[in-house]
Amino acid sequence: MEAENAMKTRWLERSAPYLIIVAFFLVWEIVCVVFSIKEFILPRPTVILASVFKYHDALAFHSLHTLFTTAVGFVAAVVGGIFLGVLVGSSRLLYVGLYPMLIGFNSVPKVAIVPILVIWVGIGTVPAIITAFITSFFPVTVNVATGLATLEPELEDVLRTLGATKMEILRKVGIPRTLPYLFASLKVVITLAFVGSVISETIASNEGIGYLILTASARFDVPLVFAALLLVSVMGIGMYAIFAAIETRTTGWATQRVNGTT
Amino acid sequence: MVNSPSDAFVALRQLSLSYGQGDVSTPALKGVDVAIAKGEFASIVGPSGCGKSSLMKVVTGIMPPTEGEVWVNGAKVTGPLKIVGMAFQHPTLLPWRTALENVMLPLEVVEPHKHLIKKERGKYRQKALDILAAVGLAGFEDKLPRQLSGGMQQRVSLCRALIHDPQLLMLDEPFGALDAFTREELWDVLQNLWLDRKFTVILVTHDLREAVYLSDTVHVMSNRPGHIFASRVIPRTHLRTLDTTASTEFNEAVQELREHIWRLRTQ
Repeated sequence: MEAENAMKTRWLERSAPYLIIVAFFLVWEIVCVVFSIKEFILPRPTVILASVFKYHDALAFHSLHTLFTTAVGFVAAVVGGIFLGVLVGSSRLLYVGLYPMLIGFNSVPKVAIVPILVIWVGIGTVPAIITAFITSFFPVTVNVATGLATLEPELEDVLRTLGATKMEILRKVGIPRTLPYLFASLKVVITLAFVGSVISETIASNEGIGYLILTASARFDVPLVFAALLLVSVMGIGMYAIFAAIETRTTGWATQRVNGTT
Repeated sequence: MVNSPSDAFVALRQLSLSYGQGDVSTPALKGVDVAIAKGEFASIVGPSGCGKSSLMKVVTGIMPPTEGEVWVNGAKVTGPLKIVGMAFQHPTLLPWRTALENVMLPLEVVEPHKHLIKKERGKYRQKALDILAAVGLAGFEDKLPRQLSGGMQQRVSLCRALIHDPQLLMLDEPFGALDAFTREELWDVLQNLWLDRKFTVILVTHDLREAVYLSDTVHVMSNRPGHIFASRVIPRTHLRTLDTTASTEFNEAVQELREHIWRLRTQ
């Protein structure tokens, strides 16, 4: 009986995300039908789905484009963020000195940067990549720096009396210790990167989901706008799932619950 | 016990340490004089906040003294010591490494082992397995720290402190966070390791029974700024066991130290 209950709970836990998504769309559909909401105000999920099938060529083209720009900006942000994070995290002076400026940069609304980027590099893919990069860069840097800066001082003492160099401490302790912080940031950052690239595409591009949304809304094709948004969400969830899976594989020691205690 | 500072393995001479500078400086240690012989088990006890942990940092060379000198093994200490092993109240194990890999960490860092370990991995692995077995952790070498109890983690931490055969072991309240039964178990683990390997130990603790149980000499430190207020030799006639703690000599020594501490606290 107990075991049966436990299995039931686990099954419920695993299927809860799907059940909630289905319920969400079901309620949406019902509300639209019951209150006879017009399609160009809020289209029903079934209409959105029909639009996905109708425009699948265009949607596929533009979402792949967005996926590409997002991925490039994201990878650049991760590489740059790790580099700066290691630098800032391993030197107290740099940490104190650079932090206020980093916060200043991060406080600038990313939408406001796009017109400047257009002046510098023109419209299209490049400003989208740069916007995705800028939105994602900061959280990676901060998390990596935090992971390194919160090293236990006693452990550092142990290693220093063993004659460990700064590089050795970083390699043996600092970097492995920082990995959970890094992966936590990657999961957040990949979704932010989509926000960045779509914003830029909306303002200055002839390709990508952002551009598709802009042109569709200009034609009052609201179902297509929602279809495009749906695809961005799906891509976001997909990328999140990939990084969550990598996280459990590489840094399971930090996230798994205690089991097999003897 | 040491008669003249020249025979001492560890000698602290008129050692003072202050944090901060000028008007805002707070003295932590003032005029500490201690001499510890090679192979001696010495404890430092004192009221909390007396600067015991500061003393550890100065002796190991992690922090330079404000005044005075530290001599270890016939040389004046000017930087982090290389012949020392350390363990603390918190086991500070690396959570992503197994017990065995945690014990082997110093070997990957310290000279000359770090160059030899690649060639002679098997030999070093056996050395780590042996010391884990010596503290009663045979069979637990592949467990991660989170799969081990607090007492087991502390045993691993002791192994890590000793794997590179340091001549000096520094312990900063290593059993302070453990329950009373585990603590007494680990006293014997430590005593056996020490009897077996004959390194010099400086144990900082606020547990007087622990200090008397393990030490050849117990030094009492005063309130801040700390200095050595009294020293008590604990004669070692035979292997100490938990029965020893019931003996008159043991309890007299504990009582004598307790009176010192009380006098310091009410000053």
